[in-house]
Amino acid sequence: MPGKAFAVVVAIITLVIAFCVITHVWWMPVDISAHGPKIDRQIEETIFGAGILFIAGQLVLASFAFLYGDSKRARKMKAFPGGAKSLIVFACVVVGVEILVLSFIGSKAWASVYFTPPDPDSLRVDVQAGQFAFYFRYPGPDGKFGPLHPELINEGTQNYFGLDPDHDADSKDDIVTAGLAIPVNKPVLLTLHSKDMGHSFDVRELRIQQDFVPGIVIPIHFTALQTGKFEIVCTQLCGLGHYNMKAYLEVMSQADYDNWLKQQAAMQ
Amino acid sequence: MSLRLGGGSVSVMGRIDIMNNEEKNSMKARCKVVGLASAILVVALGLLYSGGSVNAAAAGQITGSVKLDGTAPHQKPIDMAKEPSCAAVHKDKPATTESVIAGANGGLENVVVYITQGLTGNEPVSTQSAEIKQEGCQYVPHVVAVDAGQHMKIVNSDQTSHNINAQSTKNPAWNKSQPAGASPLDATWNNEEVAIPVKCNVHPWMHAYIVVVKGPYGVSDDSGSFKLDNVAPGTYTLTAWHETYGTQTQTVTVAAGKPATVSFTFKAK
Repeated sequence: MPGKAFAVVVAIITLVIAFCVITHVWWMPVDISAHGPKIDRQIEETIFGAGILFIAGQLVLASFAFLYGDSKRARKMKAFPGGAKSLIVFACVVVGVEILVLSFIGSKAWASVYFTPPDPDSLRVDVQAGQFAFYFRYPGPDGKFGPLHPELINEGTQNYFGLDPDHDADSKDDIVTAGLAIPVNKPVLLTLHSKDMGHSFDVRELRIQQDFVPGIVIPIHFTALQTGKFEIVCTQLCGLGHYNMKAYLEVMSQADYDNWLKQQAAMQ
Repeated sequence: MSLRLGGGSVSVMGRIDIMNNEEKNSMKARCKVVGLASAILVVALGLLYSGGSVNAAAAGQITGSVKLDGTAPHQKPIDMAKEPSCAAVHKDKPATTESVIAGANGGLENVVVYITQGLTGNEPVSTQSAEIKQEGCQYVPHVVAVDAGQHMKIVNSDQTSHNINAQSTKNPAWNKSQPAGASPLDATWNNEEVAIPVKCNVHPWMHAYIVVVKGPYGVSDDSGSFKLDNVAPGTYTLTAWHETYGTQTQTVTVAAGKPATVSFTFKAK
């Protein structure tokens, strides 16, 4: 009896999980990026493949438990041909091939984000992560970012990037903001750098999660296809204020964006 | 006995009735001791009080004002979108940086004026508790002065967590978090330090200074006026400190019972 009960419980859990995944009960938020469909498809394929193996494995387990779990009759155990060694070799080969195939298929999605050069007309925004906030810098009308002087960073005067507009001509028109606004349908190139330690830039709707690595400037590019306000969160545990390290991404029409940028420039 | 005590006044009376003579005598003795002690205390307090008031009458005062020569640099508005509960507080009038705050009549706010030379070293530590509040994701006030050893209360009246990162170099530096609704923190600094930058890492725009001095001090208000109380007659070197413009010194002579007046002028860079 316990064998049959176990089999039924396993089968029910399996089917409920399968139902939730297939009907997207808990699913990713809507994708707003141009490259996102490739990533979503990759995730779907991976979940589909892993899901079939999961369901098959659990149902085989349940059926064996149902058929033989309550049997009192002693049975002769059957071993895998060749014993434990060949079983492990076989498993390694199967799992290895599976991982290689997934990586091979997935590399297309990866390459579409990381190995494709950004559009030369991209809007460039410099992103700085620091304990525990993101700040953004737009190059201003000259299209150039001024150099950073970390020793000049001063929160008291809101000089979060360490700019020296009195001496660096390129810094004069740089616009530093607390939120990231971008025009819809416009390619965007972000350059990520960290002020202190490892952080991460994660916007679920953009299907982008990229770590900040201190000392390295990491470029990342995307195009947002829908307007709206989305959360940018740090997904790399970075200290006691990590839970509150966030900013907002606002995707706007070009006209709204132009207005916003004008307002921000006036606030400098 | 306890039952009777719980029973009300009648039982208490009963309790006295059942006291034997020995108990009565010891009680009388205790009453005497208590009476004597209270009398001494009253006299002592009286003496202390009159002594204090004598001192206050004899002690002088320094008053004055701080002016800003020129225009204050532009104070940038602060975007608090990251913390909606604080952004809501400032939605009509955005908060700005506070590195230079000039009043309407050219007064310069947040200048700490204190004595750097001429103190005897026996000046009392202020017994009042200083206070700094985290309100609307800003420190209020932006500059606080305290005596070395004086208690300071740190209050969080926001609906969000803050951390107080006191970056002292001459005192032990510390960094504590204070969730919304938490009770006030108590802090003291034992060494003089001008000035300790204070920041909140969760809200990087939050910035304050704590100035730890010895002896009387004053902080200029929005009209640039300041006042140092309880200054014993004598000649002193006064120092005025401003977070952006640095320090200035002046010599001042204080006579008993008459406020000495000084004025400082900082030049806008």
